[in-house]
Amino acid sequence: MGDILTNFFTGTVPIEAYLGLSLIMFFCGVYGFLTRKNMLMILISVELMLNAADINFAVFNRYLYPGQLEGFYFSLFTIAIAACETAVAIAIIINIYRNLKSVEVDNLNQMKE
Amino acid sequence: MAEKIIFYILGAIIAIFSIMAVTSKQIIRSATYLLFVLIATAGLYLLLGYNYLFAVQIAVYAGGVMVLFIFAISFTNRPGEKVHGEVPVRKLIAGTTAAAGVVFCGYIIYRNIRKVTVLVQQYNLSPQKLGETLMGTEKYQYLLPFELISILLLACIVGAVMIARKR
Repeated sequence: MGDILTNFFTGTVPIEAYLGLSLIMFFCGVYGFLTRKNMLMILISVELMLNAADINFAVFNRYLYPGQLEGFYFSLFTIAIAACETAVAIAIIINIYRNLKSVEVDNLNQMKE
Repeated sequence: MAEKIIFYILGAIIAIFSIMAVTSKQIIRSATYLLFVLIATAGLYLLLGYNYLFAVQIAVYAGGVMVLFIFAISFTNRPGEKVHGEVPVRKLIAGTTAAAGVVFCGYIIYRNIRKVTVLVQQYNLSPQKLGETLMGTEKYQYLLPFELISILLLACIVGAVMIARKR
């Protein structure tokens, strides 16, 4: 028992711990994407999924290719693209709210009034 | 030792608050939990030794994106209004899908990834190397994607203004 505890707390963090963490985050995003009706909540779920992917890029780069920076820059550019995506998505949602007075996906059965 | 303990704390924060973010009834709480998840993710980047990624994550995600979210929530929601969820059957289907995905990918990670793990050596990413890599045009240097991101940001600003303006 003591050995297990010692192993649990010493040494470096294993790569599969990071991957398991991003796995949990990603599938929380999937669950939220499938169950939520509000468009902003769907966007929050998408952000969770993107964030999990970012962690994976950084972790693979750090653990498997510590001398190179591909995963690092992929995470960096993904963060920038996610910011763009959020801005455009929120603009679309605000436009929908202005036209339909609601942001629930159930009410979205027409493209144009 | 300390690194592992910090990792477990951050991991617990991320796991708990991601679950709470997708199950919370009020949307503003959900956004707040997302903010905690993003900040804990920034902590993970710091733990990995990527200080610049930590700063970008805090500034862009926890700063900019969250401000956009909170603005949009306060614009579209009446305070205290509950979020309508899916019917229980669909919730069950979604939960099964997510759990099956976790089990499947977790099995793959458990069986395969730990075989390819190499020991990590201490590795410091100097700001000088970062700047040279970001501003060069050689192999493994990233000026072109950097400039493409700037064009994307411009297009995104114009697009957002075009979509959201009053007609």
